[in-house]
Amino acid sequence: MSDKGTANVFSGFIAVVRRDLLLSWKRPGDILNPLFFFLMVCTLFPLAGGPTAEQLQLSGPGVMWVGALLATLLSLNSLFVSDYEDGSLDQLILSSQPLPLFALGKSTAHWLTNGVPLVLISPLIAIMFQMPVQTIVIMMVTLVFGTISLSLLGAIGSALTIGAHRASSLLSLLILPLAMPILIFGARTASLSMTNDPTAAGIYFLGAYCMFALSLAPFATAAALRICNE
Amino acid sequence: MWTWFHKLASPPHFFRISEKMVPWFGISGLLMITWGTWHGLFVAPPDYQQGDAFRIIYVHVPSAYLSMAAYMTMALAAGIGLIWRIKLSHAVAAAAAPIGAWFTFLALATGMIWGRPMWGTWWEWGDPRLTSELLMLFLYFGYMALRAAISDVKKADNASGVLALVGAVNIPIIHYSVEWWSSLHQGATLIRADGPAMPPEMLTPLLFNIAGFTLLFGALLLIRVRTGVIYREHRKMWVRNLILKGGL
Repeated sequence: MSDKGTANVFSGFIAVVRRDLLLSWKRPGDILNPLFFFLMVCTLFPLAGGPTAEQLQLSGPGVMWVGALLATLLSLNSLFVSDYEDGSLDQLILSSQPLPLFALGKSTAHWLTNGVPLVLISPLIAIMFQMPVQTIVIMMVTLVFGTISLSLLGAIGSALTIGAHRASSLLSLLILPLAMPILIFGARTASLSMTNDPTAAGIYFLGAYCMFALSLAPFATAAALRICNE
Repeated sequence: MWTWFHKLASPPHFFRISEKMVPWFGISGLLMITWGTWHGLFVAPPDYQQGDAFRIIYVHVPSAYLSMAAYMTMALAAGIGLIWRIKLSHAVAAAAAPIGAWFTFLALATGMIWGRPMWGTWWEWGDPRLTSELLMLFLYFGYMALRAAISDVKKADNASGVLALVGAVNIPIIHYSVEWWSSLHQGATLIRADGPAMPPEMLTPLLFNIAGFTLLFGALLLIRVRTGVIYREHRKMWVRNLILKGGL
């Protein structure tokens, strides 16, 4: 009986992830638009700030991290909107499946469709910023942990702004201050690797933050969903 | 004690009690600030290094302390409101936010004014406390913006309550992550193991101002909560009776 119970719990989680992946597959714009946005933001800075190799290397990690943060926020806007509008959110809240696991499923799907592409495309941009190989590796590692944390943290904000006026600008206002530790550690760790300084501390911090968000954020998201879908 | 707490959570009872509390808090707070500021500005000796410029701490330190205390008040009240579903508690959280934001702004402004002659710059990104105070201001803005965006009072209470709690969990992380940068800020002088590093004639006015600012915060908070309670309960019988009796 208990075996069957746990199987059921995770079947709900898997169903949500599969459904969201399928939906993104049918609407490739959901995946591609934030990715193009990321590329364009990273293109703006060398054009505005000057293209010498020194400047690029100095500003590269910071610019890439700001770009990744903004691109993630852009895609987080619509995380719960379609579920809210077509009423499937009501069904999910009423169902016997635990809501935090559903929230975790939404974050997982969001990371797979937005975080992973960002990480995969980051070496290309890093090369354009003339970063050395070890920095590219560190950049990808920090982006992996950072985007997971952002998908989890952003889900809270996205759930809180369901049905609010001007939800998109509100979401940035709610999430950006909370995301500041991720940005600081991500960008600083990548910068440190440029001069061959030790980077383990920053990566440990990002990993710890990621675990922390993983264990608490789904519960906050679930609470926010219950409140905002009344 | 418990029944007292329960009675306080009822809006009409709170409204009666707070009416008597506001002048006590307000007047004693203003008296203490007057004494502390006068002694701080004219009686305390100038600092051997910073001269008279150090005197801004009599506004800066209490504001900075209250910017954090107000957030903690807000998060605590929001948590109590979420767990025990006390409406009055949510009213306290909502009322604390704008006051806290103002104290945060004051702390930033006085810090910048002090930084100009002392560090030679209005703003120093390398200083962790300056930066985390700025992020604190953004957290207040986010809280108030979320409240303003949701028109249903009950929903706004609960949603912003969750945000306040998430923010309270994140504040230490934000603070320490910002501190990773090397610090230019003054080390802690007030709370240290070997006692405060300040002569008593400088310290006493500061302590008076901290206590006075806290009392003033209490008075302002009560006034705002009273307004909030009337707004929330304006369809209830006791408010109607109060107006008919000319109590408002």
